[in-house]
Amino acid sequence: MTFSTFRTGFISALALAASFGMAEAKTDIVVGMQLEPPHLDPTSAAAGAIDSVLYANVFEGLTRFASDGSIIAGLAKSWDISDDGLTYTFQLNEGVKFHDGTDMNAEDVKFSLDRARAEDSQNAQKALFAGIASVDVVDPATVKVTLSAPNGAFLFNMAWGDAVIVAPESIENIKQAPVGTGAFKFSNWVQGDRIELAKNDGYWGTPAKLDKVTFKFIADPTAAFAAVMAEDVNVFSGFPAPENLAQFGADARFQVLVGSTEGETILSTNNKMPPFDNVKVREALAHAINRQEIIDGAMFGYGTPIGTHFAPHNPDYVDLTAQSAYDPELAKKLLAEAGFADGFKTTLKLPPPSYARRGGEIIAAQLRAVGIETEISNLEWAQWLEEVFKGKDFGLTIVSHTEPADINIYARPDYYFQYDSAAFQGLMADLNNATDPAKRSEILKAAQKMIADEYVNGYLFQLAALSVANAKVKGLWANAPTQATDLTAVYWEE
Amino acid sequence: MRGRLSLWLGLVLTLTFVMAAAVSFLWVPQDVTQLAITNKMKPPSGGHLLGTDHFGRDILSMIMVGARTSIAVALVAVGIGMGLGVPLGLTAAAHRGGWLDEIIMRGNDLVFAFPSLIIAILITAVFGPSALNAIIAIGIFNIPVFARVTRGAALSLWTRDWIMAARVAGKGRARISLEHILPNVTNLLIVQGTIQFSLGILAEAGLSYVGLGAQPPLPSWGRMLADSQTMISLAPHMAIFPGLAILLTVLGLNLMGDGLRDWLDPRLRRAR
Repeated sequence: MTFSTFRTGFISALALAASFGMAEAKTDIVVGMQLEPPHLDPTSAAAGAIDSVLYANVFEGLTRFASDGSIIAGLAKSWDISDDGLTYTFQLNEGVKFHDGTDMNAEDVKFSLDRARAEDSQNAQKALFAGIASVDVVDPATVKVTLSAPNGAFLFNMAWGDAVIVAPESIENIKQAPVGTGAFKFSNWVQGDRIELAKNDGYWGTPAKLDKVTFKFIADPTAAFAAVMAEDVNVFSGFPAPENLAQFGADARFQVLVGSTEGETILSTNNKMPPFDNVKVREALAHAINRQEIIDGAMFGYGTPIGTHFAPHNPDYVDLTAQSAYDPELAKKLLAEAGFADGFKTTLKLPPPSYARRGGEIIAAQLRAVGIETEISNLEWAQWLEEVFKGKDFGLTIVSHTEPADINIYARPDYYFQYDSAAFQGLMADLNNATDPAKRSEILKAAQKMIADEYVNGYLFQLAALSVANAKVKGLWANAPTQATDLTAVYWEE
Repeated sequence: MRGRLSLWLGLVLTLTFVMAAAVSFLWVPQDVTQLAITNKMKPPSGGHLLGTDHFGRDILSMIMVGARTSIAVALVAVGIGMGLGVPLGLTAAAHRGGWLDEIIMRGNDLVFAFPSLIIAILITAVFGPSALNAIIAIGIFNIPVFARVTRGAALSLWTRDWIMAARVAGKGRARISLEHILPNVTNLLIVQGTIQFSLGILAEAGLSYVGLGAQPPLPSWGRMLADSQTMISLAPHMAIFPGLAILLTVLGLNLMGDGLRDWLDPRLRRAR
């Protein structure tokens, strides 16, 4: 009796050991991120958190961003551009199905683009579609888009999360139950906590390597740190506390990914509010700022100084940081010339991220040194959007503009920093009409110089993409060319 | 004897922080508005007795100036509570059982019924975060405390023979309240004031911890704690010292309140 118990115990122990030995690599992953999406329709909201969860995973567009920021084929496998640059004929991949089983064809493309550019469209980036004159279905696998004027950035525009292809059959419930064509399908959303995706077995392209993905939303930096340390999350995309990264880097369990983002972090200046309507005052502001101190103090060294509103990793970037080099004496002199020898008082309204809160304290100290007193108020995102972004009731604020190639916001006089320059608006119009790459590059460089010459905003640094992941997780994007957490190629190393 | 000890200990702790705040007006080891990023998160040393924070500011100086903020907020908040609560309590006691008493005390109950810190967060969220709004928010919730203490003590006094004598002498309610009742409840108010003062310091630290108290660059203990949160494993001194400052001040005030009560209470004094 005793013997037989011993024997069965022994055998089951053996079996257990065997099953451990044969254990396959994990196929589920928990990804932490700070912000939860307000809803799940990337085509009707500006919230970047929606794209962070769904872009490339659940929804796809005609074209898409690759991890290095280049534009590659998506649902369209190829395209022809007419000689006048006005007609784009897209050949769609065949056999593509939405997660609800319906076919994805030219009708869906027409529906998606027409919906985005409609008069009553809720799309947050309507400008992406503004140049489209008509969308025509040639056959189920071919769609022809006609533009009203040549647009060299059209394929780039079609890669945005706001331009993904949706189906008329499932559009009604898209905000709660998104149905796309991606390698993952949406399975569950526990509001305030997590979103779950499952592998799409019928995916048309290279299937995902993971079976299950859970996005977990952890807003508090301390909680984020604890969650990674305790391995409750396997990846934390956009880790909010740069001071902790060195610690993760020293721990063999983790890998730290430092990449580039499209986030130009700027000291936004209300160009319509005196005294900032005076270019001398804005120039003084630029020279009063010590960028390196902000990068070291607020971001613990992560970030690249910028001198204009353009990403340094972009081939067309012009390094203009020398033009607004740190020179407090010059700043004081310029202030005196502008009639503010004794300085002045203004407001500095800061949204929650640490680049803003900490950067704000540092900038306040730097401005104080040249005589500008700032009254700091720390705002939550909702308040910031209301007071600063919509209400334009601010002197200075700090925010990171994370949209790719967004220098065109300076052509919008009603944008929150209220820069109104006919010359710049003309440049952007030229840019839209130019398809020749050399010509576009030239215009983009001129645009960068113009806003740097006019010191529209204080240009601080390019936000770094900071992620922490389990050392065994492979295939993650280090860079963030758009707001996305592409998990389609992610897998666990054994 | 126990009371005497806690009184002295409390007094010493409290005075230390009051002195630190007072001295900070004249001198601090290092200007707290000057940042020195290259010198950040240094552990305690000869140059910086309590180390430096994530912007390279001297933590000792921050705590000294922060004491100023804490004391100012708590003092004014207690002032609001006393200034409004005591007259309300006296009036209610003078009109005990009447409609005025009812209105005042039910109004008090109403304020008491709200969770004070949540309402303080609401007030600062609506009117914008600042030290002033924190003072008002904390002050409002001190009013019912003082009103109740005053009324309770005054009620038992109103039945005394010497109050009867004063009434027979023709003094009105208001005059009796001022001349006879108020001096006899002062002991209690001082003790309660000390306790409320310590609660005020805690409330201010709590509000600035969530970013709704004093705004930068004005240092505040609560915000120092909040700032140190993610760096606690890198620079523990950044959390320990402001934490200790809050702990010791609140402990000191509570001990002092206890000691004062024992010392001021004639019955307990006789027992010794």
